[in-house]
Amino acid sequence: MTESPFTRRGVPIWAQIIVWIFLVGLLAIVGVGLKRAQQGTVQPGHKIDDFTLPLFSGYELDGKSEIKIEDLRGKVVVINFWASWCKPCEQEAAELQAAWEEYGPTGEVIFLGVDYVDTEPEALVYLKKFGIDFPNGPDLATRISQYFRIAGVPETYFVDKEGVLQYVRIGPFTSIDQIRAQIDLLLK
Amino acid sequence: MKYAHALSTVVLLTITLFAQPVSAQGPTPTDDEVNKIAKQLYCPVCESTPLDVCPTEACRQWRDVIRSMLSEGRSEAEIKQHFVEQYGVRVLNEPPNRWVSYLVPGIAIILGAFMLLRGFQTWKRPGVMESVSIKKEARPVHDQYIAKMEEELRKRNESSH
Repeated sequence: MTESPFTRRGVPIWAQIIVWIFLVGLLAIVGVGLKRAQQGTVQPGHKIDDFTLPLFSGYELDGKSEIKIEDLRGKVVVINFWASWCKPCEQEAAELQAAWEEYGPTGEVIFLGVDYVDTEPEALVYLKKFGIDFPNGPDLATRISQYFRIAGVPETYFVDKEGVLQYVRIGPFTSIDQIRAQIDLLLK
Repeated sequence: MKYAHALSTVVLLTITLFAQPVSAQGPTPTDDEVNKIAKQLYCPVCESTPLDVCPTEACRQWRDVIRSMLSEGRSEAEIKQHFVEQYGVRVLNEPPNRWVSYLVPGIAIILGAFMLLRGFQTWKRPGVMESVSIKKEARPVHDQYIAKMEEELRKRNESSH
């Protein structure tokens, strides 16, 4: 059967469907990206997935050169994001170290320093300058900070013994009591 | 034999005296050499500012790392790879050359070109459409109907003769 001369040749239906699927997919990707950007940091109540933090030489934990967060279940974990170029981080460095010295020996609390977008030599100078000796390591490929969706440094995340995030501190601590208050709450 | 021994001792002493300390470090790279690589990188802290013009302390540290690696004789590709391993692929001003990177724009271009082509095919025949619309008014509506009518008329003519 020959095609009628009156038939208008438009875009075939299958091409239109593909175009619409493509456009909807693109919009979905943009939407998810925007939603993620507006979400802010990981919120309290969120179960923290496993991640591995490689440790700087001299800042290992029990001789291990890397830490898997899953291995720390049963302990309160304080995850502090910092950088050597970050001036506000310097304000809380002494408080964090003092808190580590207070709670570290109990074996119930672990402090982890995650060095964000930094260079190792400068980071080591910083750690030495502030006498920090709790486990510290670089955030390789910014995977950990992307998981926590940090907005900057310093930020500190308190994870309970079950691996659930309980408190987020944006910005520096101004006193050791602020750190104590959160840890004591999680140790009860 | 005695002379040979003395000679070799003198040679060794001379070499020792004039020997220069060997270093893995090359000449200090110029700012231009550092910036050539730096402008291809973006610090995640200052996302919209290329590293070569970024004034922050973090970016200064990164430029120092580039300078240090260049003086160690590391290539541009090695330095960029180091930054990708340390800080992720988002530090590059251009995404890595992977086929996936071209998949979505590739599909979009092919689909767009196809739709444009079909659109042009329709638009470039307005004369045809006009003549068709004139004929449409003059001609009966349905070809099958015409054929049936003609068949009936033919039969009628045959029977009347």
